[in-house]
Amino acid sequence: MTFSPELEARFEKFLTKYPADRKRSAVIPMLVYAQDETEAITQELIEEVAKRCGVTPLQVEEVVGFYSMLHKKPQGKYHVQICTNISCLLVGGAELWEQATKKTGIGHKQNSADGRISLEEVECIGACSWAPAVQINYDFYHFVTPGQLDKLLDGLAAGKKPEEITEVQKVSC
Amino acid sequence: MRYNPPSPLETPVLSRRFRLPNSQSIDTYLATDGYKGFEKATGMTQDEIIGEVKTSILRGRGGAGFPTGMKWGFVPRTSPKPKYIVVNADESEPGTCKDRLLMEFDPHQLIEGVLIAGLAVGAQQGYIYIRGEFRYLIGVMDKAIDEAYAKGYLGDNILGKGIKFNLATHSGAGAYECGEESALLESFEGKRGNPRIRPPFPAVAGAYQCPTILNNVETFCAVPSIILNGGAWFAGLGTPKNGGTRMFCLSGHVNKPGVYELPMGFNLMRMINEVGGGIRGGKKLKAVVPGGSSCPILKADECDLAMDYDTVAAAKSMLGSGGVVVLDEDTCMVNFALRIMRFYAHESCGWCIPCREGTTWLKKLLTRFHEGQGQRSDIVMIGDLSKNMLGRTFCPLGDAAAMPTIAIVEKFREEFEAHLDGKPCPYENKGSYFSNSGLAA
Amino acid sequence: MADLVKFTINGQELEAPAGMLVIEAAKQNGIEIPSFCYYEGYSLQAACRMCLVEVEKMPKMQVACTLQVGAGMVIRTETDQVQAARKSTLEFLLTNHPLDCPVCDKGGECELQDMVFRYGAGESRYTETKIHVDEQQWSPVVFYDAPRCILCFRCVRACDEGMGVSALGVVNRGAMSLIAPNKGDHLECDECGQCIDICPVGALTSGAYRYQTRPWEMEHVGTICTHCSDGCKTTLGVRNDEIVRGNNRDRSGVNGEFLCIKGRYAFDFSESTERLQSPMIRVNGKLEEVSWSKALDTIAKKFAEVKAKGGKFGVIGSNQTTNEENYYLQKFARQGLGTNNIDHQRTGDVVTLVDALSGTTGRLAKTADFYESQAVLVIGADLAVEHPFLAFQIRANFRHHEAHVYAVTADTVREDLVATRSVRATRGEELASLEALREALAAEKNLVIVFGDSIKGDKVRSLVAFGETLGIPVSYCALVDYSNSRGAIDMGLVAELNPGYHASGAAGASIDEMLAANDLAALWVVGSNPLQHTKLAASRAFVVVQDLFLTETAQRADVVLPSASAYEKNGTVTNGCGEVQRLKRASATMGTKTDLEIIGLIAKEMGLAPLMGPWLPETVYAEIRKSVKGYDIPLPLVTIGAQQTAPVNGRVGVDSRPDLIRSSHDNLFTSGTLGRYSTVLNSVIEGRQSR
Repeated sequence: MTFSPELEARFEKFLTKYPADRKRSAVIPMLVYAQDETEAITQELIEEVAKRCGVTPLQVEEVVGFYSMLHKKPQGKYHVQICTNISCLLVGGAELWEQATKKTGIGHKQNSADGRISLEEVECIGACSWAPAVQINYDFYHFVTPGQLDKLLDGLAAGKKPEEITEVQKVSC
Repeated sequence: MRYNPPSPLETPVLSRRFRLPNSQSIDTYLATDGYKGFEKATGMTQDEIIGEVKTSILRGRGGAGFPTGMKWGFVPRTSPKPKYIVVNADESEPGTCKDRLLMEFDPHQLIEGVLIAGLAVGAQQGYIYIRGEFRYLIGVMDKAIDEAYAKGYLGDNILGKGIKFNLATHSGAGAYECGEESALLESFEGKRGNPRIRPPFPAVAGAYQCPTILNNVETFCAVPSIILNGGAWFAGLGTPKNGGTRMFCLSGHVNKPGVYELPMGFNLMRMINEVGGGIRGGKKLKAVVPGGSSCPILKADECDLAMDYDTVAAAKSMLGSGGVVVLDEDTCMVNFALRIMRFYAHESCGWCIPCREGTTWLKKLLTRFHEGQGQRSDIVMIGDLSKNMLGRTFCPLGDAAAMPTIAIVEKFREEFEAHLDGKPCPYENKGSYFSNSGLAA
Repeated sequence: MADLVKFTINGQELEAPAGMLVIEAAKQNGIEIPSFCYYEGYSLQAACRMCLVEVEKMPKMQVACTLQVGAGMVIRTETDQVQAARKSTLEFLLTNHPLDCPVCDKGGECELQDMVFRYGAGESRYTETKIHVDEQQWSPVVFYDAPRCILCFRCVRACDEGMGVSALGVVNRGAMSLIAPNKGDHLECDECGQCIDICPVGALTSGAYRYQTRPWEMEHVGTICTHCSDGCKTTLGVRNDEIVRGNNRDRSGVNGEFLCIKGRYAFDFSESTERLQSPMIRVNGKLEEVSWSKALDTIAKKFAEVKAKGGKFGVIGSNQTTNEENYYLQKFARQGLGTNNIDHQRTGDVVTLVDALSGTTGRLAKTADFYESQAVLVIGADLAVEHPFLAFQIRANFRHHEAHVYAVTADTVREDLVATRSVRATRGEELASLEALREALAAEKNLVIVFGDSIKGDKVRSLVAFGETLGIPVSYCALVDYSNSRGAIDMGLVAELNPGYHASGAAGASIDEMLAANDLAALWVVGSNPLQHTKLAASRAFVVVQDLFLTETAQRADVVLPSASAYEKNGTVTNGCGEVQRLKRASATMGTKTDLEIIGLIAKEMGLAPLMGPWLPETVYAEIRKSVKGYDIPLPLVTIGAQQTAPVNGRVGVDSRPDLIRSSHDNLFTSGTLGRYSTVLNSVIEGRQSR
């Protein structure tokens, strides 16, 4: 299985980070980075990671189902994650989630027909003091208002990249 | 602080660089006493370093509050095995968002803390286990690590003193359970994040079964200042048994939510009213979760207390991870209990029966109850099932699910009764859950 | 041994070595602490929380499966608090466990049922929906019903730690966690069924047994597996004279609860519809069914005629018949027919080993040595495939005692996983690699050397010479193929050897020589298939075959006699380590007779009954005790458990015939003729071919 040169370089770094006989440590980091490129964790990827880390495919499989970020089904190009855990819940996180599902017509861990958007109701993403929070792929949005969420979803549906939706600023670098 | 304005009541120690421009860069760091603590530590013996940390009365900032110096002292320094420093940056306790800031705005402080820990126990390799959702922070930390290598603060011959220490980041992939130290180590080794049987504790058999210091980000971040200014100085910032300051994450129904660094023992009501600007919309306080979702909730009349480990424990709750979640009078406690249980059921690793089955059962029961399909006997059962998990699960996750639930049922029983007989949730449309966005922006 | 400490359980003052687990210390003293996940011999889990106990001065209840006893510890295992905790854990378990006990194979012998009976609630408070997952078939042998699974992880450990196969894992998280096979939707493994056997509930069930019977409808007969030479005890579940299950849950026998696919499921050849059930005589070139008396009469007359004419006899015995049958057969051949032309297919060079060890005692390895010895050297054998139990013993020895394992083999073997040193050597050239290991081996406390059929003749002598110069106690095992291959040699089914390794004097013909002899007048084959790949040179020879099936050899016979299988007779067999064990009759096939009885009846027809004596296993065994060196072991002792025999201690006095030694190298799913008639074994083979 071949990957982009950037990902290959990252893999190479992963495999040297850990003691030589502890390559298994690289399994999870490899999967979590690789799935962004392969769109999902395929059987082929499982076998490739197993081979590179010196474990069995079953040992990789065991990990895939355990971690909530790892997914065997492709997600939308923009994976919109809305936190509804306690701090967000208290300030409108659940309502944002309702709003998103109604607006897009898709549910938890579902993809829009054009594959641009997928939704996930997520557990605490560590933005409690700046709630309600939304994460699109790896970018954080804080103090998200219903109006801002509308703009984000409209913009993404219209083919814009998140950074082109200038009315709403992501906060993380 | 970039995400919320500071409060004049803060005592910025760990967060003192947050407001500086380019606070992430090693140049800013070096210009503000950066790596001075480490340099000082290179002239100290291992016992002196650990002694200083003990003197500081620094207690683990992840939630359990175990004295850090004592934990370091458990590492068998004569062990022929390699030793490891592992940073728990798997911040995922609901209500907690401080480690993110510490890494984002002062990554070198964390690196320096890790380096000092390495000196203290003779470790030459460290890893920062960062939760996968914080992908951008892996970039921040990797950049800082590269800078530290370039300036000779990491590598095989640090500062030309023959000190060897290598540091790398490690990405998680979404599992709250991996915040538990032994589960984190399993995950770090590439396995399912199930907790390990303890003893042996990580100090003896941690990463790769080697002696390991494993602490929370905030704990390591406190160490450079402790070494530089002395343990006694740090201890003096807090209360007698609770040294230093604490990053409190104020969230929920306050006017000015945010992460604030306050001295240990800071009064909770003052935190809400003076730091947090009081309850938003002029509403009344109903309850506070004092240290992340796993801590038993405090009713409004229990909140006039000092926020240190012992005082909060005396109030039958926990200081926990510093996540202070404030609930106003219109919050539905049944729904709140349900959301907490949904979380724990989702995050239960499945290893032990009481947690795996108990959280799932309670989630289903509370869902039904909140929808108006509850029976009077369910109220007793919610508490009963929680108590059947409490103290019987493999790791603290079961307790974390049980404790807040037991407290909510005991303290807000009338709210459960108000949901009986098919009645709609009395708090629906009260506006408590609607966004206060923009208030603090 | 660790110091003993005193502690109390439920007020009883007890003593145990410091560091022993509370659950074990309790068990040793007759106090049961319930558990699902704790399993002796496998790694600790502390997952089921059933073994919580109260310990004084400890604030929370403790799990007895990870807590070690300490001096002065005060433990209570049956307090109200403890019982309430067990009850609640069971209540939690039953939330998602289906209550389909009436149709569950495990019903009646289910640990969860028993536990609920003792500690559980009479009624359920659970009214929410249960999680459902459809049942999956993972192999011809293994089915998984996920909702019944209580996630005790016994199966995962049995496969990983016990078998070294690691074909089972855990997927998903929390209440959605499932056990999963290594190949996505199916298993690729040894199909040993240990995972099914160890499952406390009906989550893992076997294709061979499921929906066959209720457990209480079976009778249980402990006998010895007839396949390989490891000599595993298998407890057969029998209903209406039909074997429906094999396991060894009572852990009796040399194998504890271990069984491979053959011991656990491949009893099914015995129930095959292709079993012969009537004697047959060739009439006009075709075999026709006849009565026993007609068949016996025909044989007796023909044998008497050949004997009278001084014609050449050939007698070929079996690797799977009992010691009594073997002894009786060779006695008949030698004394009744007056020929030394008696042999069996030789599979390992035990003879040279016994000769090379002449003058020593206790140098033949016992099965237990593979588990207890500090070091094991495996030469030229793929134990995990050909001798699964010995391989299991070695892995357990590594896990429990950190044994040092050395493997000198042509290909990679599973022992490599636990080996201190693995050396690859061409088959037959293995000994050349030994000098390089000398230093390491000499530093061991003791050593077991086990070798396959590539080491024979002078190579065995060289190997013993090497072992004897290591300066440490060494014991040896020459691997042989089947359940009584060793007994066949001991009992003198060898042309040049009488029972007990005594030279027979006038050497007779070997199998190869018999088959090649143009002048052979009569060939008598008992439980063997020498004509599978070879033609009988003497085209006019009168051939008598006793067998279960119409084998290639039986098809050539003039008279075929249907014999009983090993599971249909009493007697003794001797495993590869020379341990004699007792077969007990479990079932019967109509129309068959045991080989012992058949031989006896032929003798009677020939008027040789006074010479041969009664054909009762006990009577023949009594004669063996008297006349075969090393077998003077009272039968009750053999009934209790394996007893190692000590063959002649002295030079054997004949040249062994390494040229005649040929192991069939059966793998996990083949077993000579018997394997061809096992539905289970064939279904696995076919399943793999179709993938």
